[in-house]
Amino acid sequence: MLTIKNYVRAQSLDEAYELNQKKTACIMGGMMWLRMTGRTIMTMIDLCDLGLNKIDETETEFSIGAMVTLRQLETHPGLNAYTNNCVKKAVQDIVGVQFRNGATVGGSIYGRFGFSDVVTVFQAMDTYVELHKGGIIPLAQFAKMKYDSDVLVRIIVKKQPLAISYQAMRIQRTDFPVLACAVSKVDGEYRAAIGARPGVAVVVKDTEGILTGGITPETAEKFAVAVAAAVKTDSNSRGSAQYRTHLAKVLTQRGTMEIGGQL
Amino acid sequence: MEVKINVNGRVITDSVDADMLLLDFLRKHGCYSVKCGCETTNCGLCTVFMDDIPVLSCSVLTVRANGHKIVTLEGLQDEAKEFIGFIADQGAEQCGFCNPGFIVNTIALLRENPNPTDDEIRAYLVGNLCRCSGYNGQLRGIRAFLDYRDSRKE
Ligand SMILES: Cc1cc2nc3c(=O)[nH]c(=O)nc-3n(C[C@H](O)[C@H](O)[C@H](O)COP(=O)(O)OP(=O)(O)OC[C@H]3O[C@@H](n4cnc5c(N)ncnc54)[C@H](O)[C@@H]3O)c2cc1C
Ligand code: FES
Ligand code: FES
Repeated sequence: MLTIKNYVRAQSLDEAYELNQKKTACIMGGMMWLRMTGRTIMTMIDLCDLGLNKIDETETEFSIGAMVTLRQLETHPGLNAYTNNCVKKAVQDIVGVQFRNGATVGGSIYGRFGFSDVVTVFQAMDTYVELHKGGIIPLAQFAKMKYDSDVLVRIIVKKQPLAISYQAMRIQRTDFPVLACAVSKVDGEYRAAIGARPGVAVVVKDTEGILTGGITPETAEKFAVAVAAAVKTDSNSRGSAQYRTHLAKVLTQRGTMEIGGQL
Repeated sequence: MEVKINVNGRVITDSVDADMLLLDFLRKHGCYSVKCGCETTNCGLCTVFMDDIPVLSCSVLTVRANGHKIVTLEGLQDEAKEFIGFIADQGAEQCGFCNPGFIVNTIALLRENPNPTDDEIRAYLVGNLCRCSGYNGQLRGIRAFLDYRDSRKE
């Protein structure tokens, strides 16, 4: 059971930030995860009055408020047109529709959960996190940072030229993924984001230029072998490190072939 | 904290603790269809509409629902009546515990997508767990209802 003493609907980001500096305070997204932690929280800070529940699309970027739900991501035409439906693919197996109407982007990214499909798919794009005090930083950097008491305001996806594919291996449809894999070509640069290793998603770039000459079954396999070798995997109840490394290779190879077809 | 919540068309004013779940608030105010079936935000039994969107009331704080509109199965009797008979005809359910969440979410599905394919039905209802059936009876029931509805239109 979650115990909460006080609840505050913050009226500004400054107020939310100030309140959140206390160790016993906590920012609330959809509360789906928090509910399970059974913590005792002196002040629960709700951002729901701050207009952060919208996705704004301009010529150059998507600006996604922290309180946008996973279901909003799933059903946003612009975001899914830009990502070849990969945002939808990444979230559509997370528990169920009602769950995704509650779970937020802010909670998902802030949580930096190892199993996160959300962190994985956005790492395959040119994505930034806007923190109230910390400013705008690349998602890849945020994913490696320690948990602190800043407020995640929104995430920003720059509309670079993009080819992208998303796949996740699940034992059962709505379970956590055993491995999540997004392969992309962002502004001319090839990369693979591998999540649920089971650690938080990491990005491997094609620094050797394996795919520069074009995607063929041979270069796709070579890239996949390089990615699988670079990504550290571990074992847990869903699968062994060896199995995950195998999946990283197979999914990266398939994903690479898929984006080859989009180019 | 003082809250004012519209539940099934009636405005309820109450003083609640900061950590009272919407699920417990609704039960306190007589909506016994809303039940808690898990500790992991996973079963869908507690599904209600909040501002016409289906949500899990076990994960919503009552204080967050302040000022919003909630509809539970108690407030959806007419819409439910249209199709529950078709599901019963399939003998889909055994203990029936999962039924309220299942019905509310089926209503949400049909409002959003009045002509779903079987895969769309499965995808929308996947977050409603049933421990007795294999879900196929429910699927056949919904399909039978849709076929009947369409045959009447013609
Ligand atoms: C049963 C279950 C199954 C799941 N399965 C999957 C899955 O298969 N794939 C997947 O990708 N995810 C999965 N998730 C995770 C889920 O998608 C969400 O990422 C998770 O619930 C967090 O989102 P939330 O809105 O509920 O955040 P909350 O639970 O409200 O918050 C999570 C954390 O983030 C902090 N926080 C929230 N918003 C902010 C903010 N704006 N600024 C600073 N800190 C903030 C909170 O203080 C808290 O520490 C699952 C979760 C559950 C409970
Ligand atoms: S009680 Fe199980 S999802 Fe709400
Ligand atoms: S009929 Fe028993 S849980 Fe569904």
